[in-house]
Amino acid sequence: MSKAKAGAALVTRRKFILSAGAATLLGGCQSRPVSAFLNAMQDWNGGFQAWLYAPSRLAPELPLSAQTPEAAIPVYYVSDFLPQAPPNWTLSIGGLVRRPMVLTLAQLQRMPAVEMRVQHHCVEGWSAVASWRGVRVADLARLVDAQPGARYVEFRSFDSNYWSSWDRASAFHPQTILVYEMNGHPLTAEHGAPARIYSAVKLGYKMVKYLSAIDFLPAPSGGYWEDQGYDWFAGV
Amino acid sequence: MQSKMEVPPCPSLRKRRQQPWPIRLTHWFNVLFVILLAGSGLQILAAYPALGPRGALYRWYPFQGIAPPQALQLGGWLAGGRHWHFAIAWLFVINGAIYLAYFWGSGEWHRRLFLIRRDGRTTLWQLAFYLRLSKSPPPPDFYDGPQRLAYSGVIGLAAVMVLSGLAIYKPVQLHFLTILFGGYDGARAVHLAGLGLIALFAVLHLVLVLSHPRELVKMVTGGQRE
Repeated sequence: MSKAKAGAALVTRRKFILSAGAATLLGGCQSRPVSAFLNAMQDWNGGFQAWLYAPSRLAPELPLSAQTPEAAIPVYYVSDFLPQAPPNWTLSIGGLVRRPMVLTLAQLQRMPAVEMRVQHHCVEGWSAVASWRGVRVADLARLVDAQPGARYVEFRSFDSNYWSSWDRASAFHPQTILVYEMNGHPLTAEHGAPARIYSAVKLGYKMVKYLSAIDFLPAPSGGYWEDQGYDWFAGV
Repeated sequence: MQSKMEVPPCPSLRKRRQQPWPIRLTHWFNVLFVILLAGSGLQILAAYPALGPRGALYRWYPFQGIAPPQALQLGGWLAGGRHWHFAIAWLFVINGAIYLAYFWGSGEWHRRLFLIRRDGRTTLWQLAFYLRLSKSPPPPDFYDGPQRLAYSGVIGLAAVMVLSGLAIYKPVQLHFLTILFGGYDGARAVHLAGLGLIALFAVLHLVLVLSHPRELVKMVTGGQRE
């Protein structure tokens, strides 16, 4: 978790942005029928993924021996510097809810906790395993009484406003949790302190670190990578 | 080529061109789709050109950290490569299903599929002839044994590619499939090895077909009616 690691994350981000530019250029070269075809297939694949997703299907829990050394897990964020939680950090939960709330870390830690050790899948193709402890997003939704019209959930961060919006079914999955502990210790700044989203059923970029707000929404609100062209559903 | 067959052709095969139009059409679509899938697949690989989980990379893989050449990548960046790959994969599967339905329904499988009881011995014989261990080749047939083996094998390989691809795409929702390939990282390794075998097949196929250009013409015009 050295500075070198953070530097690597920055390079990765720059590379991403550079290649985003390249993609825009290439997009300019792509003929209209090709773009229309790719967009249509993207919509189709989004529907296919949602159809394939089973809310009751659990990812297997893994033994401690499968855990990846923490230093070998890449550290990604989009700010120029490692995001630091503001003093007196709180999490606001709102949107289509009966009881909007602002919660402190201590309040979150007093809620019923779950633990899981599952495989992580990054969109880049790598996998890793870590242990996570936190509160089910479904339990938070119950606490604030999310309305049935809230078919989407938006997670927002203090990492330059990085965000991602989810389908309700994946957000309410029993293995989608708000995490404050990783591998038995409080989350480090590298991995999203003081609280982040972790899920067994999404690709890594959907799991917002450095969490600042959760909003229950009637419509999806895209996401940091999603708005640049990455797959919105991104289930695994 | 079309003289004597070891197995009498089934009646439906009479008066059909050597390469009937459904086979020609699916073959050339397949060429296009495989090229696009390989290019977009290499684009995806370039985002993490390594095999094995973080912190425990596979020791046997000699190309850890080595990205495929940029010129072979399709899509511009990871998201673009994924969109191409997951779009063309559907067309590849549909095209393959049409091919297999025709292959089975028309009886074409009789003269194309590698059947160990019919082709096992002649395959060894043919290979022995190529290696100058046998003075005479086996009696001519629609395809010789090694051809049948290669063409049937590559169909099986296509099935492995589709299944291992699904295992990588949905390691939780299709977990049973992912287990079959030794987990997510195992499925990635199988998927990449499959690409290597397809590339090997394509090179051999190209070399052989260019040294027998009449076969290439047949795949365009259909060749003679039998």
